[in-house]
Amino acid sequence: MGIPSHLSAGDIEEFGREMDAIRNEVMDSRGDRDRAYILRVIRWQRSLALGGRIVMFISLLALPLSGLPYAGWPQFLVVLALGSIMLGIAKIIENMEIGHNVMHAQWDWMRDPNIQSNTWEWDNVCPSDQWKHSHNVVHHTWTNVIGKDPDIGYGVLRVTPVQHWRPKFLAQPLINFFLNILFQWGVAIHDLEVDKILEGEKSLASVRPMLRRIVWKASRQLLKDYVLWPALGALLTLPAALVLQVNPAAVALAAFLLVAGGNMFANLMRNVWSNVIIFCGHFPSGVHHFSKQDVEGETRARWYIRQLLGSANIGGGKLFHVLSGNLSHQIEHHLFPDMPSNRYPEVAPRVRALAARYRLPYNTASLTRQFGSTTWTIWRLAFPGGRIKAATA
Amino acid sequence: MQPVDNPSWLTRLGDAFAWPLRTSHYLELVNPLWTTHALQARVEKVWDETADARTITLRPGRNWRSHRPGQHLRIGVPIGGMHYTRTYSISSAPEASDELITITVKAITGGRMSHHLVRNIKPGDHLPIGVPQGDFYLPDANPVQPLFISAGSGITPIISMLRSLVAQERLPDVVHLHYAPHAYDVIFGNELRALAARHPQYRLHLLYTREPGAAPTAAAAGRRHFSAEQLGEVCPDWRDRDVFACGPQGLLDALESHWDRAGLSRQLHSERFRAQVAATPAQVSSGTVRFARSGVVASSDGVVNLLRLAEDHGLNPAHGCRMGICHGCDAVLKSGCVRDLRTNAMLNEADQIVQICVCAAAGDAELEL
Ligand SMILES: Cc1cc2nc3c(=O)[nH]c(=O)nc-3n(C[C@H](O)[C@H](O)[C@H](O)COP(=O)(O)OP(=O)(O)OC[C@H]3O[C@@H](n4cnc5c(N)ncnc54)[C@H](O)[C@@H]3O)c2cc1C
Ligand code: FES
Repeated sequence: MGIPSHLSAGDIEEFGREMDAIRNEVMDSRGDRDRAYILRVIRWQRSLALGGRIVMFISLLALPLSGLPYAGWPQFLVVLALGSIMLGIAKIIENMEIGHNVMHAQWDWMRDPNIQSNTWEWDNVCPSDQWKHSHNVVHHTWTNVIGKDPDIGYGVLRVTPVQHWRPKFLAQPLINFFLNILFQWGVAIHDLEVDKILEGEKSLASVRPMLRRIVWKASRQLLKDYVLWPALGALLTLPAALVLQVNPAAVALAAFLLVAGGNMFANLMRNVWSNVIIFCGHFPSGVHHFSKQDVEGETRARWYIRQLLGSANIGGGKLFHVLSGNLSHQIEHHLFPDMPSNRYPEVAPRVRALAARYRLPYNTASLTRQFGSTTWTIWRLAFPGGRIKAATA
Repeated sequence: MQPVDNPSWLTRLGDAFAWPLRTSHYLELVNPLWTTHALQARVEKVWDETADARTITLRPGRNWRSHRPGQHLRIGVPIGGMHYTRTYSISSAPEASDELITITVKAITGGRMSHHLVRNIKPGDHLPIGVPQGDFYLPDANPVQPLFISAGSGITPIISMLRSLVAQERLPDVVHLHYAPHAYDVIFGNELRALAARHPQYRLHLLYTREPGAAPTAAAAGRRHFSAEQLGEVCPDWRDRDVFACGPQGLLDALESHWDRAGLSRQLHSERFRAQVAATPAQVSSGTVRFARSGVVASSDGVVNLLRLAEDHGLNPAHGCRMGICHGCDAVLKSGCVRDLRTNAMLNEADQIVQICVCAAAGDAELEL
């Protein structure tokens, strides 16, 4: 664990200088093509989100209740699922390739007033200001330092044997499942540090303002997905129901519930997917953890090494990288959190080569492998013990 | 650029569907001119006035409101992926019926935005704009006898006033002094001369600062820049007139002291085309840092980071990592110049966000802290 001992202090500083050189070179070359990239992604994402909602409305025409020709449950469900998947993908891109990265200030250099980290709000129940605190400030600064990084098991899971086992961890396979399907809610309450409140380290009163903001944000999210859009869908069925002389109330109610269900599926898709990608960034086997002593008087170069050792990449194609918000390049993201995400694929080979030269591990594998080892770790560590399997080069 | 306040209930309902965006973000997908969250304009036409000045015709989006002649607007342009914001006077008259406006830009040596606007902008481009601003305009009601004094691209707000007065058919007795280096550098030269030929009450004096021989009026010959005698000759009743002046610092400074000495400063209205970026010092230089919100002023050696500087002066700015990673310390640079200590890059665009833990002042700077 900790910083590998085969490197002298001088080696480490030299490694840091080389890493800085990569960073500065890329940051200096940011320009029109990067701007064009993010604008294109934003345009596509918004069109896909709106398109998905419209397709869901179109599916209502095939509701068997309508009695229209071609209506029928299979036809209806296929179209509804299509709309819902479109919306789900739009939400994934919005949260990951756009929201997460914009809030990391990756696009602030453009000085575009519409794409700024300090004003961006994302399509997620977690208020963006709380996310920026728990994620950018705390997690990215203290990555994988036991007792400092709240993202090590998110305060509810035991993801490294270094964490002391307690009976509550026996439930973690179940907790992991719920965290997976309800991920955005877990993210929303993360900054409250519920575990500390339960253990009496933190008072409930101290988090009341944050709680109020979460309620404010979540209520708007819920209103949109589970009241407004379903209600609009229901409303749109009314004229058709009157013309076709079917019971308008029954059709409207069905439309409301089905659109709400489609939206829920889209949110579920986003929850599951983002949870999988994020867990695979820090919890697969081979990832290093650090003690508070390891980071005392830490230089920037040592910080780089900690980020490299504390993160894991996932291999995949171009579309996969975009859908994962380029967090499949978790290592590069942790080394250069404010570098535009579209540049991670091009710096990855350079980072990997640099790591190899200094005989440092570079943890990358397929999604199946990383997710498999993450899941295995979580199941295994529900029980006492466990072996530390820090990767070496 | 400015979001619009006080939306109607219908807009608010629509926005609740689009949350956390606004309906306007989706309308933008169809036509950028329909947005309300950010005002934009489409470039309709470009026209070269002189070798280095160009008039750009813009169709502003839905939330535009008509300007008063003499007012300016802010324009944002991405160059190399980065937004630059500059101010330009509107050179068209609000009476124009085609809902178009024009700005006229002169390329400045080394200028980032003016060069781009004069050389690269093309019809069909969309640019974020602001609503008209500024109090440099003619009063509507009481009749004034204006004396216009302009130089170079400073003609822009004046031509808007002239065009508007002509369009309203209430052009009063006007004297206009305009300075330019050469005859062929006069922006709107033909239009001004035609105006003078058609309206005897409009008396135009074109003064060439580099080519005295080519001056059309005897009075201006041999004299290049503004002087009291020159003014007395071409406009003996200057004391009775309301002056509207726009041009480079030197000219405006000279005018201000002249009218001040005459005890008539209240009659002088001027518009300064001041630069919107601070000079970037060539080497590390000390300066004064003003923390605008707290009113604290600190002197900097050009090396200490701004976060430290603020803390040393009793402030407690938000921050996280102190090493340029988390952006927890981001603050708005109001004016001046700072240096990124990692790359030595100079940041001098007003209103940009800087990471104060890895930036030091480069000369004077003002931060929103
Ligand atoms: C109220 C107002 C109205 C304006 N209206 C017009 C207009 O109608 N037409 C027009 O062409 N410009 C106008 N300007 C000036 C314009 O906003 C820009 O400052 C100018 O175009 C230069 O921008 P730039 O990005 O090219 O230069 P920058 O990259 O900002 O500056 C490059 C260098 O030029 C210097 N510089 C910048 N501006 C000036 C200047 N005005 N005079 C001398 N040196 C300068 C800077 O100090 C710097 O060293 C107006 C300015 C104001 C404040
Ligand atoms: S404090 Fe983290 S970037 Fe400045």
